Amino acid sequence: MKIAFTTNGTDWDARIDPRFGRTDYLLFYDEDSKTMSSVDNREIINVEHGAGPKTAQKIFDNGAQVLITGNGPGGNAARILDQMELKIYVGAGGMTVREAYNAYLNNQLKQGVNNA
Amino acid sequence: MKIAIASGKGGTGKTTLAVNLALRAAETMPVALLDLDVEEPNGGIFIQAEIVEQRTMHRLVPEWDEASCTLCGKCADVCRFNAILKLGKKIIVMPELCHSCHACSELCPAGALPMRETVLGKLRHYRLGKLDFVESKLEIGVEMASPLIGQTIGYAESRCPGKSYVFRDCPPGTSCAVMDATKDADFVILVTEPTPFGLHDLGLAVETMRHLGKPMAVVINRMGIGNDDVLRYCESERLPVWGKFPNRREIAELYSRGELIYPQVEAFRRELDSILQQLESLPRQP
Amino acid sequence: MKEIVIISGKGGTGKTSVAAALAYTVPRVVMADCDVDAADLHLILKPVVQSSEDFYSGVRAEIDAQSCVGCGKCEEICRFGAISHESGKFSVDKLDCEGCGYCQLICPAKAISLPEQKVGQCFISDTRFACRLIHAKLGIGADNSGKLVAKVKKEARQEATRTGMDYILVDGSPGIGCPVISSLSGADFVLLVTEPTLSGLNDLNRVWQLTARFQIPAGCIINKADLNPQVTAQIKDFLTQQGIRHLDDLPYDEDFSQAITLGKCLPEINPGKWKTRFANLWQGITKELK
Repeated sequence: MKIAFTTNGTDWDARIDPRFGRTDYLLFYDEDSKTMSSVDNREIINVEHGAGPKTAQKIFDNGAQVLITGNGPGGNAARILDQMELKIYVGAGGMTVREAYNAYLNNQLKQGVNNA
Repeated sequence: MKIAIASGKGGTGKTTLAVNLALRAAETMPVALLDLDVEEPNGGIFIQAEIVEQRTMHRLVPEWDEASCTLCGKCADVCRFNAILKLGKKIIVMPELCHSCHACSELCPAGALPMRETVLGKLRHYRLGKLDFVESKLEIGVEMASPLIGQTIGYAESRCPGKSYVFRDCPPGTSCAVMDATKDADFVILVTEPTPFGLHDLGLAVETMRHLGKPMAVVINRMGIGNDDVLRYCESERLPVWGKFPNRREIAELYSRGELIYPQVEAFRRELDSILQQLESLPRQP
Repeated sequence: MKEIVIISGKGGTGKTSVAAALAYTVPRVVMADCDVDAADLHLILKPVVQSSEDFYSGVRAEIDAQSCVGCGKCEEICRFGAISHESGKFSVDKLDCEGCGYCQLICPAKAISLPEQKVGQCFISDTRFACRLIHAKLGIGADNSGKLVAKVKKEARQEATRTGMDYILVDGSPGIGCPVISSLSGADFVLLVTEPTLSGLNDLNRVWQLTARFQIPAGCIINKADLNPQVTAQIKDFLTQQGIRHLDDLPYDEDFSQAITLGKCLPEINPGKWKTRFANLWQGITKELK
């Protein structure tokens, strides 16, 4: 399973960025190969509208099946994520990636609602 | 004659003035009132009238035709609004982000993105005596105020002809939406309050309307609070002050219950009548 | 660091008065004014600009007269009626151009460019109070956008981190569009300021439909609550139904306009009446922040 995190850094100690579309980084953890990769998303600051869908595209391109984030995506992003058959977990804002991953493993994160 | 009623910020009494002025005028002449504050139209709260027509308003956005698509991805490349995504073997269109520029549709080599109607919002047309009231409301999540404002103006022009006045309750602020609601108006009435907030926002609104080259007048609401700075500003900028509505709790209470002010507050009615007189004295278009 | 966003849906409910009073009350805070269309917070906080930055947003088409061959394709395809010509010279009306770039794509002479537009400025300022203020000013006809709000919030976040502040207080954008979504994004708490008028209730309802998606804890202040007890009761029912914490009822009070007139905040002009009130309100909010 490949898991995507919205983060403010590129390692296990980075914090979860509560924002979805305008997150600074996307971090991907591949549970099978136990490897981590990241995507710098900071150029999103130049996007006027539609930051959510653009970030969703990157998650798709990296082939994640699970997303762990903070507040949960807004309407437009939620619509895209819905199409991706992605499991979304919210409420991890401010945790480190490690804490968020453990919380996910222990079923302590809320499942996000796609109500777009 | 098209009269836009605008203000630099929300909550200055723009809707109160628009509704009361239109209904007062309608006692003696045919008028229309358009609520163009399409994100948050509230004029309807104050007007109990018979509904004449209800319409769902549309605009055109592309729709993906899977069968003819070659998945070349050109559509996603040309869209500058992030409204089209290519996710693997799927093309996803997000109407909320689409500006209806038609580029993706017309540039698609396979013709796989025909333009189709999508819902913008609802228009409601009411009639009460000599007043036609038209309000439009954007769907939640739809951000395209401009096309809905344009269509509402167009609707009223064709469905409510021969009016002495068409009053437009404009969106607050100085954004594109305000420009859309005012750019072809004959005259603009700016509503403000005699406070530093009111003065600051009035300044922005005046600057915007001058940019559009509009003749205008100012109406001051809640006179008695604040200070004289707004009056002094109007004097130095040579802006006529057409009305000064008193600050009374009674008026705020009537407003809160969705009631009209002028039938119950004489001082308010006098100011309205004087505004109508000023309007009558404006030079008429040929 | 916690971020609190103040929104109201409708204008004139007293949102900025509440924001100013909290700027005075809350310790270790950075203020961010995202109500860019009617940015009034600075009239109370009286910022002295420390640094400023031009803000660019959106593109507009520009036709280079030298390379234009006058074929008229651009005018033909433009859906916004932004391109016109006079004696063979084509030009773009910037007010009508949406920046879609279609004309650039089809121009056979490559005569069209899409320069980014300078639409305003973003400032970091010292204020009369202990807090700093991040604010912005837009030019005529420029629209607030998710991008600008994100920029203001990002600067606020950096400022708070740099100076070790605990809270960011955001005076949020009005309406229900993209700027509000951007105001809410990443927030820890939403403070709704409403008034007991039918319009107030209407707009609260609309803005809440949007807010609820983000699952951010929320609280509400009913301003001018005594103006219409019936609607106040309706608002309270709504809050209960929606799981929004009712934080306080503020009275209809001329102090609000008095304070604005003096360029001060409520606890400054009448400490006896307002100081404890806002301190308690803040305490109520911190409780919700867990």
